[in-house]
Amino acid sequence: MLEKKVNAVVIGGGSAGMAAALSIAEKGYQVAIIEREDTLGGILLQCIHNGFGLQEFKQELTGPEYAQRFEDFVHKNRKINIFLETTAVDITQNDNGTRVVNTYSKKHGVILFSADAVVLAMGCRERNRGNIAIAGTRPAGIFTAGLAQRLLNIDGFIPGKKVVIIGSGDIGLIMARRLTWVGTEVLGVVEIQPFPSGLTRNIVQCLNDFSIPLYLNHVVSRIYGKERVTKVRITPITQDGKIDEKKSFQIACDTILLSVGLIPDMELAKNAGVRINHDTNGPYVNADLMTSQEGIFACGNALHVHDIVDYVTEEARRCGSYVHDYIQGGRVKKQGNVIPGANIKYILPNHYVTHRNNRLYCRPMIVKNNAELFIKINKKFVLQKKLRHIQPSEMISIDLEKDVFKNIQKDQNHTLEVSIR
Amino acid sequence: MEKKLICISCPVGCHLIVASTRDRITVKGNQCKRGEIYGKEEMLSPKRIVTAVVKIRKKEYCYIPVKTEKPLLKKYIKPLLKELYRLEVDLPVKCGTVLIKNFENTGINVLITRSMKN
Repeated sequence: MLEKKVNAVVIGGGSAGMAAALSIAEKGYQVAIIEREDTLGGILLQCIHNGFGLQEFKQELTGPEYAQRFEDFVHKNRKINIFLETTAVDITQNDNGTRVVNTYSKKHGVILFSADAVVLAMGCRERNRGNIAIAGTRPAGIFTAGLAQRLLNIDGFIPGKKVVIIGSGDIGLIMARRLTWVGTEVLGVVEIQPFPSGLTRNIVQCLNDFSIPLYLNHVVSRIYGKERVTKVRITPITQDGKIDEKKSFQIACDTILLSVGLIPDMELAKNAGVRINHDTNGPYVNADLMTSQEGIFACGNALHVHDIVDYVTEEARRCGSYVHDYIQGGRVKKQGNVIPGANIKYILPNHYVTHRNNRLYCRPMIVKNNAELFIKINKKFVLQKKLRHIQPSEMISIDLEKDVFKNIQKDQNHTLEVSIR
Repeated sequence: MEKKLICISCPVGCHLIVASTRDRITVKGNQCKRGEIYGKEEMLSPKRIVTAVVKIRKKEYCYIPVKTEKPLLKKYIKPLLKELYRLEVDLPVKCGTVLIKNFENTGINVLITRSMKN
C-alpha cells in the first residue's frame, strides 16, 4: 500500500479533470489526477468528429485534438502527477479534516491519497434501456450510443448492419452519420418529444445529408428477437400524449442504439455524503462549486451535463481557482440562494456571492425565438437579457457582474431567481 | 431558384433562405459572415469535414482518428472513406501529421488527430 500527500486530488482525467488540475497547479499546488483508463482524455477520445474548441481555441477541432492540447499542457506541468489505470473507490476524512481518496492502481495496488481538497470530475453515464422501459425480449444488439461510439472509434468494431436509433440526443445523431460512413444502414431516429433533443446543426449534417428519417412524437413500443434484435415496433403519440396503437408500424433491424440522455456519475460522491440536486442528478454546490461536503468540489459533466466541451473547460478552470482559494484558507463568504424560476429546468451553482462576479449556467425547458431572461433578487428585478433563440439542448450562460448587487443589503438573506418568458 | 437551409457553421443554426439568379446568390437569415459563406457554398458545391479512424498495423482493435484539414466536396467523401479503410499506419504517430496529401487533387489533406506511442 502506498500513501501520498498532495494539496488536491482530481478524480477523472477528462476535459474537466485536466482543466481543473492545470488551474490548481498553476497556482503552485501539488495535484494528483486519478484516471481509470490507460490514457488521459476521457470521452473526448471517442468523439472523433469536429466542432470542439470554437470558444476555447477559436478554431474547430476534433475531440481527440482538443484532448491532446490539454494532455500536452498537463504533461508539461511538474506540479501534476498522473495516475493512470487507477480507480477511486472511496472518499473518507481524516481526524484533522483532510480528505482521503482510496484508490486501486494496476501498477501500485492500493494508493491512499490525502489532500486538502478533492475535485469530482468523473463525468457522466448514459441512460439505458432500463431507464426508459421498452417492452419486448432481451436479445443481443442493443447498445447505448456512447458505447457504440467507443466500440467503433477506438476499438474498430462495427456494431451492426441495420440500425434504428432511439432518442435524438447529439451522440445518437453523430453516430447516425458515423455508421452510415462505415456502410451500416441507419433506418431511422425515433424521438418521443415533438422536437429533436440534439443540436440543429447535427440534424442537418447527420440526418438530412443522408435522408435518414426522424420520427418526432414517436416511441419504440416493442423490441423483437430471440438471439439478436430482428425488428422494432414504432408507435406515434397523439397530441394529448396517448399512444396511438393503431398507427404502429414495424422496421426490421439487427441493432438498436439508445441516445436517451446522460446522468452525472455520482456513486462515489453519494457514498461520501454529498447532497444530490434532483434537478441535475449531480451534486448540490455553493457559489465556489463546493458540494455539501467541505473540501469536495465538482465540475464538468459530473456536476451537470454540458452540451459543449468549451463550457466544461471554463467551469473546471474556475473550479480550480476556487479550490486554490479554499486551500489558502479563504473563509467562505455569506452566500445567497439561486433558484430556477419559470421555464428553467435547472440553474447552477445553487448559491451566489456578492463580492465578485458570478457565472451561472441554466437549461431552459422550452423552445423559443426572441425570449427574455429575467433575474430577480428577493422578487425585485435586477437584470433583463434578450435571448435570440433558446431550446432545451442548448445551455444558457449568464454572467452577473458584482455591480448588480450594489443595492443588496449584505447581511440579509437573499434569493436570486432566474426565469424565462 | 430559392432554397431553405440551416447553417451548420456553429451551434446557433440560423435558418437561411438562399436565392440564386443567373449571376448572383443572395443569403438571408444569417446572423454572421460565416452564414453567408456557408449558404453560398452549400448552393454551389456543398462540402463537409470528414472524420474517420484508420487501422494501426499489427495491432488488434487499435485505431487512430483522422480528419480532413478542410471541408471536402461531398462527392469525394465516399472515395476518401474507401481509401481510409484500406490504409494501415505504423506507430508512433503524432497529432497533426499529414496522412494523405492532396487527396485526388482536391487540395485537401488528411491529418492524424491524436498522438500515439508504440
